Amino acid sequence: MHRLQHLANRSLIAGVFDQSPALVRTKARETACLVQSIRLKTQGPVEQYGLKRFSTAEATVILRENGKMREKTLTMDTLNPQVKAVEYAVRGPIVTKAGDIERGLQQGQKHPFTEVIKANIGDSHAMGQKPITFLRQVVALCSFPELLNSPSFPEDAKQRARRILQGCGGQSLGSYSASQGVDCIRQDVAVYIEQRDKGVPADWDNIYLTTGASDGIVSILKMLVSGQGRSRSGVMIPIPQYPLYSAAISELEAVQINYYLDEDNCWALDINELHRAYQAAKEHCHPRVICIINPGNPTGQVQSRKCIEEVLHFAYEENLFVMSDEVYQDNVYSADLQFHSFKKVLYEMGPEYFNTVELASFHSTSKGYSGECGFRGGYMEVLNLDLAVKAQLVKLLSVRLCPPVSGQAAMDVIVNPPLPHEPSYLQFHKEKSAVLGALAEKAQMTEQTLNTVPGIKCNPVQGAMYAFPRIFIPPRAVEEAKSLGMSPDMMYCLRLLEETGICLVPGSGFGQREGTYHFRMTILPTTEKLKVLLEKLRDFHIKFLKEYASLEEPKR
Amino acid sequence: MNISWAISGTECELQKPNMTENGLGNRVLNMDTMNPNVKRVEYAVRGPIVQRAVQIEKDLKEGVEKPFTEVIKANIGDAHAMGQKPITFLRQVVALCAYPDLLEDDKFPEDAKNRARRILQACGGGSIGAYSASPGIEIVRQDVAKYIEKRDGGIPSNPDSIYLSTGASDAIVTMLKLLTSGEGKNRTGVMISIPQYPLYSAALAELAAVQISYYLDEDKCWSLDVGELRRAVKAAREHCKPRALCIINPGNPTGQVQSRQCIEDVIRFAAEEHLFLMADEVYQDNVYAEGCQFHSFKKVLFEMGPEYSSVVELASFHSTSKCFMGECGFRGGYMEVVNMDPEVKLQLTKLVSVRLCPPILGQALLDLVVNPPQPDEPSYSTFIKERTANLDILAGKAKMTEQILNTVPGIHCNPVQGAMYTFPRLSLPEKAINAAKEKGQAPDMFYCMKLLEETGICLVPGSGFGQRDGTYHFRMTILPATEKLKVVLEKIREFHKRFTEEFS
Repeated sequence: MHRLQHLANRSLIAGVFDQSPALVRTKARETACLVQSIRLKTQGPVEQYGLKRFSTAEATVILRENGKMREKTLTMDTLNPQVKAVEYAVRGPIVTKAGDIERGLQQGQKHPFTEVIKANIGDSHAMGQKPITFLRQVVALCSFPELLNSPSFPEDAKQRARRILQGCGGQSLGSYSASQGVDCIRQDVAVYIEQRDKGVPADWDNIYLTTGASDGIVSILKMLVSGQGRSRSGVMIPIPQYPLYSAAISELEAVQINYYLDEDNCWALDINELHRAYQAAKEHCHPRVICIINPGNPTGQVQSRKCIEEVLHFAYEENLFVMSDEVYQDNVYSADLQFHSFKKVLYEMGPEYFNTVELASFHSTSKGYSGECGFRGGYMEVLNLDLAVKAQLVKLLSVRLCPPVSGQAAMDVIVNPPLPHEPSYLQFHKEKSAVLGALAEKAQMTEQTLNTVPGIKCNPVQGAMYAFPRIFIPPRAVEEAKSLGMSPDMMYCLRLLEETGICLVPGSGFGQREGTYHFRMTILPTTEKLKVLLEKLRDFHIKFLKEYASLEEPKR
Repeated sequence: MNISWAISGTECELQKPNMTENGLGNRVLNMDTMNPNVKRVEYAVRGPIVQRAVQIEKDLKEGVEKPFTEVIKANIGDAHAMGQKPITFLRQVVALCAYPDLLEDDKFPEDAKNRARRILQACGGGSIGAYSASPGIEIVRQDVAKYIEKRDGGIPSNPDSIYLSTGASDAIVTMLKLLTSGEGKNRTGVMISIPQYPLYSAALAELAAVQISYYLDEDKCWSLDVGELRRAVKAAREHCKPRALCIINPGNPTGQVQSRQCIEDVIRFAAEEHLFLMADEVYQDNVYAEGCQFHSFKKVLFEMGPEYSSVVELASFHSTSKCFMGECGFRGGYMEVVNMDPEVKLQLTKLVSVRLCPPILGQALLDLVVNPPQPDEPSYSTFIKERTANLDILAGKAKMTEQILNTVPGIHCNPVQGAMYTFPRLSLPEKAINAAKEKGQAPDMFYCMKLLEETGICLVPGSGFGQRDGTYHFRMTILPATEKLKVVLEKIREFHKRFTEEFS
């Protein structure tokens, strides 16, 4: 217990305890109440999840009460309360801690491990995945066009680069593009979507390039938030979710409406649960949007065609705007499963649906087989958007001028890869298959290994890049975590990090049914390293169970 | 400017959408149901004039007859689009980072390779395809801090206070977001100059913060008058809580360069009035007028002594988009924060982490801007030559623009001391003003639209930046190539004469 208290003291989440005077405790309670009331005010009666907030207004309070220092203009008291409410666990306290430990290791500090393994974020290149050669060749050619004269670059890469440069002002990557993106890249995206969806028409006027998918998602949510009190926009999101959604909802002061994925059914989306959530939310807000992540993050499920149809029918019936996050569309590993785009299914449901349901779908350069996160490339396609609203969207995007043009170039390569008759085809294809093959193998290995551990249950990783296994945490450990003001899976992950160097994200950062505990881990470490990671995890879990079981013995 | 929450609440009460009907006429997202704050956003730099210009360009391509053969876009500070060539060294390093196989290529200079290796080593997995830390790559932040220290004559800068961003706009919006709170009379008020760069008014509208306008003095070369700041803040206290003061130096769209004295006065004012200072210094290398010099707010703040330097909260912004490199498309930038509450800093880091990280190539490019080739390195002489050429050409065009415009009766142009724009004042005949009003247009919008239709020149009307009532302006960049700029200026001269005659 004492050791954990100590551990908590050193971690960010326990910032409250850093200042010990009694005064702080009072203030901390006040602050907690304040945060609570803000939350109730801003989000309405929505379920709340474990992870404790950064409740750290105390430092400022103390300074003021001592009267030694002038009060700052921007303090925890005057900070935008919506910003305060934002949470983003993927880069939260655990990751900060991991960074500290890494630096400590470099400086020769002793730990029971030699390296930190970051399985907290879907960052393929950081975990050793190599870039796709063709993509990088095109970007290099665009960046330094003198290379167009170099014999060491293949013709198809040069041809792509020339085409992109011709689409840029002054033929330079250094010009702003139109705010929706470079025209010819938007056209390529439309062609790609048409091919992917077996001929369902795509109009490049509906394509907007973005700064990663996150940017597009936040922009669309921003458009959709309005009303006050009971007419405030409600946004339906899956639980577990990718915390970009909850963070954006907090920031925009919209109402989060949780619908729970069915863990017992491979995290499938259950249409009855959508109805339940919608009906309950209607009492206190105006549900206007439903967000779907397919393949799922953090849950890795791939939606069936039938399920998508049901969701679209539901959205049609209830008049909801559909946001479909499809950034993992190339990451499907189970042989008997297939990615279906919401757009294609909508089309196949007939014109009554296809001409009515408002849909925005999102894609990105960061995932798939390229894993080019750092480029911040992405696009969205919008369907049935009101024309006047479309003009408003363009206006909104124009304030930020344009997405990074190099990211747009990377996006172009992904939607317009080498064709079979082109010189780069073979190598491109080989690299792509190697990446996806390795991911499929790691997805299976992760599921299998985790399911051999007593007290861990892992659904099949059908797609995306993550496993989100359920972990059994002994009641005694749950109690201890609560006494530390921490969610139990946060305590679990913190200990795992301290003892093994493995950095995961607690399930509470994504949301989970009350009383269940999970973590998200990526399947991105190299196969060898992933094996080690899974072994260490197994050992840790067994030790953890034993420790808390034995703690309970004396009581009996 | 700001519409209080109470009002927007009423708006929404009035427009309860009918949920029972489906179909085209009743979309979930329509003009009545969309975010009212977004509706209020305006951004003239890419507004209706520019959309019309794009349409005309398409028409020209399709062979439609016009009284001109090309559209000249002098509406936006986009140097490369107007023909400025990239700085070789910058692009070499970017290409090396993007495709590290080139590190084996002996056509690339050693110093470019060294920079690329250093940047790659700091990236996860040695790849620019990995996310960086949300505040940016560690070594780039260190290099930025060193650059600031050097620029400011040794005043210390801490890498922990540097946040890399997706262009300066991103950081400016983030800071404004942090600062916005309170309701009604307690709602955050933000002081911005008029004329202003419309990112500010747009961000304030989106955040539903209160815009507090302070007017620059056109008769004194658009200088900032502290008396006017006092007037504005006093008036604003009646209806909001002034909490931040934004300064653009060198000025956009007005091109003035602030004197050291003026900066000192502004800082003193901010300290007295308890305002958070935001200094937009993206044009810090773009100073052309003799006798003018760029002084950073940070440097002046620290030279004023600890009484100020230990209390005044300051965020200053820089970008890869302007100056000598004009690399807009890479969306690189940074901000430095001074005296920020450490708890708030944690919140800032949390907030930027939701968007993961700024584009890595933009970060790489920024690194080269703050850490350019040194005199003993092989790329030094080419780099300096290119840099100097770009800045000299801009200085020449700044002068030429002012001189030619001032020969036109009815146009008055202040010296373009810095930045990339001129913001001349137009005398418009009464009849033209009436004609505009009939069309429901601002008179200078009417003027610019006619200029575009008749000459193909695309400018932005002064009303998009704000101006004193009854005065009219346009913003024009000085970025077209010298020869083309001359043509533009001649065409404007002729147009203005014609316009004046037509409406008198």
